[in-house]
Amino acid sequence: MNLAIRDIRHKLSRFLLTALGIGLLLMIVMGMAGIYQGFTEDALSFLNRAQADLWIVQKATRGPFAEISRIPWDLEDRAYAVTGVAEARAFVTQIIQREYQGKPLRLVVQGLAWPRDDGSELPLMAGRALGQAHYEMIADRSLGLRLDDRVPLGKDIYTVVGITAGMAGPTGDGFAFFTIPDAIAIQYDTPGEAIRLEREARRSRLHRQDLGNTQPLLLERAAGPASQLPALGTQYVSAIMVNVEPGVDPARVAKVISGWSDVTVYSNGLQQELMLKSIERNRKQLGMFRTLLVIISAIIMSLILYTLTLDKVHDIAVLKLMGARNRTVVALILQEALLLGALGYGLAYGIGLWVYPYFPRRVAITNTILVQLAVIVVAISIISSLLGIWKAMSVQPNEVLA
Amino acid sequence: MRATIQSDAPSVEAQSLTKVYGHGNTEVVAMRDASFQVRRGEVVALLGPSGAGKSTLLTAVGLVNPPTSGRITISGCPVLDGPRPLVNLRAFRRKYIGFVFQKANLIPFLSALENVQVAMEINDAPARKARKRALELLDYLGIADRWHGLPSTLSGGQQQRVAVARALANNPSLILADEPTAALDSHRGRQVMELFRMVAHEHKAGVIVVTHDHRALDVFDRILEMEDGTLRPPTTG
Repeated sequence: MNLAIRDIRHKLSRFLLTALGIGLLLMIVMGMAGIYQGFTEDALSFLNRAQADLWIVQKATRGPFAEISRIPWDLEDRAYAVTGVAEARAFVTQIIQREYQGKPLRLVVQGLAWPRDDGSELPLMAGRALGQAHYEMIADRSLGLRLDDRVPLGKDIYTVVGITAGMAGPTGDGFAFFTIPDAIAIQYDTPGEAIRLEREARRSRLHRQDLGNTQPLLLERAAGPASQLPALGTQYVSAIMVNVEPGVDPARVAKVISGWSDVTVYSNGLQQELMLKSIERNRKQLGMFRTLLVIISAIIMSLILYTLTLDKVHDIAVLKLMGARNRTVVALILQEALLLGALGYGLAYGIGLWVYPYFPRRVAITNTILVQLAVIVVAISIISSLLGIWKAMSVQPNEVLA
Repeated sequence: MRATIQSDAPSVEAQSLTKVYGHGNTEVVAMRDASFQVRRGEVVALLGPSGAGKSTLLTAVGLVNPPTSGRITISGCPVLDGPRPLVNLRAFRRKYIGFVFQKANLIPFLSALENVQVAMEINDAPARKARKRALELLDYLGIADRWHGLPSTLSGGQQQRVAVARALANNPSLILADEPTAALDSHRGRQVMELFRMVAHEHKAGVIVVTHDHRALDVFDRILEMEDGTLRPPTTG
């Protein structure tokens, strides 16, 4: 006869309510682990998807995922020229916040090397890849945009043609993919008045020099678009992604590129490492909160189980008077603790599945997290039942007579 | 330590049992030099006013509250030498002693049947066999129709009958009852006393019953009387 089951059945509503409370607590522990995991996955998602062998970034910087990196776009051609390079693609990324339909819209602008990379390899859940060189975008579902939405960014309007799932940056903001020229245009968008003032300042500077006075044509040029000025015309991107030809050692290509004095080159693995280091503090913070929550859960469960045991002191004394072995009494408390933990775990999972999608940051619940939490719950259940078991062991059979 | 009982030995023998609570100025002698013997199949009443030491004697013999000095032998097996246990007391209680108290002390989350069954399962009886015997005992005590009821749904008398069934469950060689009929009407009370007598005779168990119910004293083979912690010379019932 299982005494634990019968005791639970007798006080079912109380047991269920207690399990619900523990379940909610475990749901937070599980959510913390999921946020921690989502944080890491989001940080690495683009790096993993890009599958670049090498990253060329601004000299002495740690790359666009850790800090600002600016290198000339034409460095893409220089990289192409290196023996063993199969492909070099410009990489543009920037976090911007604009207003859309009266609400703030915060997104990670990501440039795609269209037409080679039109975004068709992204995890598209609706719509299509980029079909033209300008004015189209693919947005992540987390941004709340819908297909055919027309989003004004900078001086242009971009139509949402595709929706991705689970594409968020290290900050948790959703990705939006554009062609590289569009991404650069959004990144370096300057208000019209600022452009006019810059042109006027440029013309004024030239006017004060002999060169401007002796060659009036230059004055006309200086007042025109920056792209028409050879000295100012270079466009900048965040990095260049390089893929080497099959059979070529990326380290050999990296050694060649690292000889260039204006750039730094990283392997994809090193870039991942730098990325994780840049979010290390946040990850540690989440990890510590998770540890604290586990400890708090253990303490609360201990108190609950102790209280449940106190309720049964007289019954335990009766059992001892009848000669019940210690293992019978221990099993009663331990089995209740494990059942409470198991039910709490199940509720945590069930409620979590329902609640986590509403969290502002992605909560990635993996099998590893589920197994880890299951082990933690079993450990907590056993540890927290010790207090109750200690109490039960100290109960004397003659307490029945009291 | 393995307990070996002898089927022809007295159910219980107590020699010079003394129980002292506290020490120094707070010392109270609850039982003094109590010696007696209960044979197998014998039903003995233990009478005495409140505070006479009846419960102290009963719990000492029940191996729940060992005496300060003296010796207890159950079915020929020495079990206590003063406070020092000579066998595993809990295991001994489980196998050879049954208890019935004034309050039924049933486990509230078990049904009437399960309350009887658990006593046997604790003693390693197979669940099916325990259930069958529990049903037989409940039937014997006239509450088979309430076998599924939780203690909270049973009347005081019904609860006490379940407690009696539980005490009888393992065919103990010694049954100790502390005012078991206090919560029962006279008819049921007498039935329980007669049941004890029948069990004592059929199963060769010794039964000690603390009682104030003088109407049923004729059921007993012998009467022990206690006063101020001391046993008076025995009288026959």
